[in-house]
Amino acid sequence: MKFCKQIKTNAQGMIVLMLMLFGFLAMEALAESSRLKPVTPGYQLVFPQDYGAHQDFRIEWWYITGWLETEDKKPLGFQVTFFRYATDQNHDNPSRFAAKYLIIAHLALSDPDAGKLMHEEKSLREGFDLAYAKPGNTEVKLDDWTLVREADGRYQVDMQGSDFGLRLSLTPTQMAMLQDQNGFSRKGPEPEQASYYYSEPHLQVTGAVLRNGKPVKVTGSAWLDHEWSTAYLDPAADGWDWTGANLDDGSALMAFQIRRKGGGKVWAYAALRDASGNMRFFAPEEVEFTPIRTWRSPHTEADYPVAMHIRTAEIEWRLTPLLDDQELDSSQSTGSIYWEGAVTLTRDNQAAGRGYLELTGYAKPLKL
Amino acid sequence: MTTATLSRWLLAGEWRAHWLQLSVALIAIAIGVAMAYSIHLINTAAFNEFSAASKSLSGQSDLQVRGRKPFFDESLYPVLVNHDGVAVANPVLEFDVAIPGKAQNRNDHKLKIIGIDMFRAAQISPDLLGLTEEGKTLDRLADDAIFLSPAAMEWLQVEQGDLLQLNAGLQAVTLRVAGGLVRARAGQRIAVMDIGAAQWRFQQLGVLSRIELKLRDGVNHAAFKAKLADELGDAYWVTEVADQEKRIANMSRAYRINLNMLALVALFTGTFLVFSTQALSVIRRRQQFALLRVLGFTRRQLLRQIVTEGGILGVIGSLLGLALGYAVAVLAIRLLGGDLGTNFFPGVKPGIHSDPWDAALFFTVGLVVTVLGSIIPALEAARAKPAVALRSGSEDTAMAKLSTPWFALICLLVALLFTQLPPVFELPIFGYLAISLLLIGGIALMPRLTAWFFSALSARWQQRRSGVVSTLALARLANAPNQAAIALGGILASFSLMVAMAIMVTSFRISIDHWLGRVLPADLYVRAAASGDLQADAQKAIAGLPGFDRLDFFRTQQLTLDVNRPEITLFARPVDQADARNTLPLTDDMIAPGALPENVMPVWVSEAMVDLYGYRVGDKVTLPVGATPSEFLVAGVWRDYGRQFGAIQMQLADYQALTGDLSINTVALWVRPGVSLDAAVAGLRQLPFGAALEISRSSDMRALSLEIFDRSFAVTYLLELIAVVIGLLGVAASFSAQTLARIKEFGMLRHIGVMRRQILAMLAAEGGLLTALGMVLGFVLGWSISLILVFIVNPQSFHWTMELHLPWNWLAMIALIMLVAAALTALLAGRRAVSGEVVRAVKEDW
Repeated sequence: MKFCKQIKTNAQGMIVLMLMLFGFLAMEALAESSRLKPVTPGYQLVFPQDYGAHQDFRIEWWYITGWLETEDKKPLGFQVTFFRYATDQNHDNPSRFAAKYLIIAHLALSDPDAGKLMHEEKSLREGFDLAYAKPGNTEVKLDDWTLVREADGRYQVDMQGSDFGLRLSLTPTQMAMLQDQNGFSRKGPEPEQASYYYSEPHLQVTGAVLRNGKPVKVTGSAWLDHEWSTAYLDPAADGWDWTGANLDDGSALMAFQIRRKGGGKVWAYAALRDASGNMRFFAPEEVEFTPIRTWRSPHTEADYPVAMHIRTAEIEWRLTPLLDDQELDSSQSTGSIYWEGAVTLTRDNQAAGRGYLELTGYAKPLKL
Repeated sequence: MTTATLSRWLLAGEWRAHWLQLSVALIAIAIGVAMAYSIHLINTAAFNEFSAASKSLSGQSDLQVRGRKPFFDESLYPVLVNHDGVAVANPVLEFDVAIPGKAQNRNDHKLKIIGIDMFRAAQISPDLLGLTEEGKTLDRLADDAIFLSPAAMEWLQVEQGDLLQLNAGLQAVTLRVAGGLVRARAGQRIAVMDIGAAQWRFQQLGVLSRIELKLRDGVNHAAFKAKLADELGDAYWVTEVADQEKRIANMSRAYRINLNMLALVALFTGTFLVFSTQALSVIRRRQQFALLRVLGFTRRQLLRQIVTEGGILGVIGSLLGLALGYAVAVLAIRLLGGDLGTNFFPGVKPGIHSDPWDAALFFTVGLVVTVLGSIIPALEAARAKPAVALRSGSEDTAMAKLSTPWFALICLLVALLFTQLPPVFELPIFGYLAISLLLIGGIALMPRLTAWFFSALSARWQQRRSGVVSTLALARLANAPNQAAIALGGILASFSLMVAMAIMVTSFRISIDHWLGRVLPADLYVRAAASGDLQADAQKAIAGLPGFDRLDFFRTQQLTLDVNRPEITLFARPVDQADARNTLPLTDDMIAPGALPENVMPVWVSEAMVDLYGYRVGDKVTLPVGATPSEFLVAGVWRDYGRQFGAIQMQLADYQALTGDLSINTVALWVRPGVSLDAAVAGLRQLPFGAALEISRSSDMRALSLEIFDRSFAVTYLLELIAVVIGLLGVAASFSAQTLARIKEFGMLRHIGVMRRQILAMLAAEGGLLTALGMVLGFVLGWSISLILVFIVNPQSFHWTMELHLPWNWLAMIALIMLVAAALTALLAGRRAVSGEVVRAVKEDW
């Protein structure tokens, strides 16, 4: 459950893809095109098919976040995202350029030594085998950026940006974690405000981070979310806070809240799975996010609660960022601004593990 | 009293007394500079704007890949995206769509539609991304959306949110104006659509116009370009942005340079006028200067005085000229457009930007010319012995040096030689040099010719013992030929240029008229209204219509043969097998009918192909027609005024056999006798796709073509008019200067009993005779120049030939007007000189 905050077009009239994605999800939820399917409860996720793309749904993403360690024990955070988006256009268009589906990808690396987030993004329409999200198994490509799930369940990520890149292999160590009602994940009070959602926590990472053209060997642990939906957000929503964490004892925590415009929450959810696979779910009223410390972005002047207190029923979690400046500002291209950062967690004041925190909807809309 | 004060006094005195000559000189300088400067400004502005507009379409790409034909298969796109060294590959589909009801102007009724992929274009040509309504960014991908530049919106009279109906082939397409292209250049009429939508809506599935490449950092552009060109083979061109600029420059180069040459000729005429004004003014004051010398003025001081005078005139005149030139340029662009109505730069609205260096250059030219005009007479005045110069009547001897015929004869000889030389960089440089030398030589020969002619005339006249007035006038002209010649120079220069231009334009116009008759033999021409083609079923439907005797199908296409040159046009059409002259306006350069070998594919090439690509009759040439390039035999050369960059005609049957492409663009229809054109058109309109057809009558097309021709030459007419005004100013200046200088002579004549009326008649006769001679000589000179324009300059710069035609009526009329104007001018100038004070006039001499 990760997504980005809308902003308005900047003066140059650049692409505001995220804006329109968000806009479609939030405002046109009721005016669904009949071609796209709604998310309904009771659907049984089937693997490996559901690892692949679901073209009948408006939007879908594969979202990988994780912690890496270089050979000299320096920590790094990384984020890899591929979106697939179905437009309402061109469905009868026989052209190979017909923009029926768009593929959008984000790549980010948090390095405490650099003091800020490095990120790159790309967008392209599906076609010519240059960009695609294939059904059947996870296989996504955007020019030379690829995410592929192999037959044995291992994911291969290969993304080379202009300044940095990743070439990682991610091996599952646990079962997939179906969120909420067997993978039917509610996002709001209305039953259609939902997505299909599973996570793969505790992916064991090996590979290399490429910086300045040189590969640096890394190992680490990552979290993968795969989510697809047609209607998603409640119109009253302002943004959301999300976290997914691999805990040291082998358990996995996922929690989110969807904030209401003007304060309060529209919806919240949390799940904790222990190492032996027992799931504990928390109802919306049992999940509470409380900012501990905010950080003001010097780039966008947005205030982000980068240190967060989360309560799930009786359990108290504290999230501390790897570094403050993990804001991803792509307003020059896709138009989204959000904070996506590596964090360490304590559980009831005991060091518990590492994960990622996502904060959307905090940046001020840019005025034209 | 210091020298400076004296100098100031002398200047102020002179100018106060002769303000008329002063203003004429100033106007002459100003007009000369203004002409050259304004044409330079207009040309530069139009060219820069056109080139900037073309560049803004291709963005900041490193390389561009194009096909030899306008479109190529899109399968190249993924190949280039995945190519090593390519950072971004931006596919572009570009085509023109005719706008119904905007066909008044043959070259200017099309909307350029550019199909882009917003994600790729964002990295290479972000200016082409349309500005959508807020929250509707997806419109950039929409299959029904189109984005228009402000100029296109104004032209089509639509706004954001309106529906726009366009024709794609025989079908109508309705698109939604989803927004604007705010970064388009002023006046640029373009539209942008999603590339997939454009391919679909305009029936261009599977093809692209070009792919723009951005290379990865560190990739050597030249090496990559060479390697890619090698990999892609003959069917594609790999070009850099610089190549494209060169191509654009080539397109309009001949036109721009010709116009600049005309401006220089105008400056030259102006120069001559300045020279004659200055020279006459110095001569008139020979006695004054001699007096100064006697009073202790040194030669150097005198020289400085005269040159300073010329310098001040030059500064003021050139500054006036710059201001005037700027104003004229702004006005001309506003009224006629940047190409002065010729459509060499379609779809741009340039603004005038004055580069201070250019202004400085034209200022300097004006100043230098004026100072030079002063130096020659100043040198003579300084050298003259004061004692001789103080005496009256020595003026003509001052000019005697100018009458040496050798210089003139050498000029004329060299000019003759230059006409035999080939073009330089495809420009008729030697042709223009020959024209200037002819003018210089002609003018320099003038004093000698005047003396000869009027001496002979005067000798014959005296035998007949005729009246006082004519005797006096002839005696004056025959015995003081140098001053007369200077006055004549202005008339000669302007009249000969006018004659030359008139003959050239008339020859051109009549040739075009004949040619139009040859190339538009049918009654009606039918095209699909957009860029679309007529497919087999439509062809059949048209062929099945009653009321036509004959119909010909044409397939036209643009081909790139040389990447640095604009595209050529390929026509595939039925050409008469027995004798191609029945179909094409062939020149004599052809393989005789019947001598054509069997089993070859003949092509007929335009004259431009011969000049630009070296095609000769009998050559075997390879052209990229069909899947693989094929060999053709050049069977003849035809005259083409429509396409100066080259055109080729071939048999439609050959084309169809090679390409398998059975679609056509144009149908020529001959209406059966007894069937009215209106009925025939109505029949065509009743076809199922009749509304989408563009039907032209050949008579309308002829009229339209000639109208465009006349508009293109509007600027030439303007230049001619200015040349006439300069010439008349020259007559006025010389005569008023001379008559004033001759006050003593008139005083003497009055004393010996000549009536004032008779003196005036004498002046008018002098003016008339002089002008008549000037015009006869001007005609000879102008006719020679027109030969150079028609047979050298035009073929060398535009690659077409024409027949010579002389506009006798027009020439006679202009000659008459100039004759009367010159006589009147002489008369008016004389009135002042003979107005009383006879006694003082004579006294002044002593």
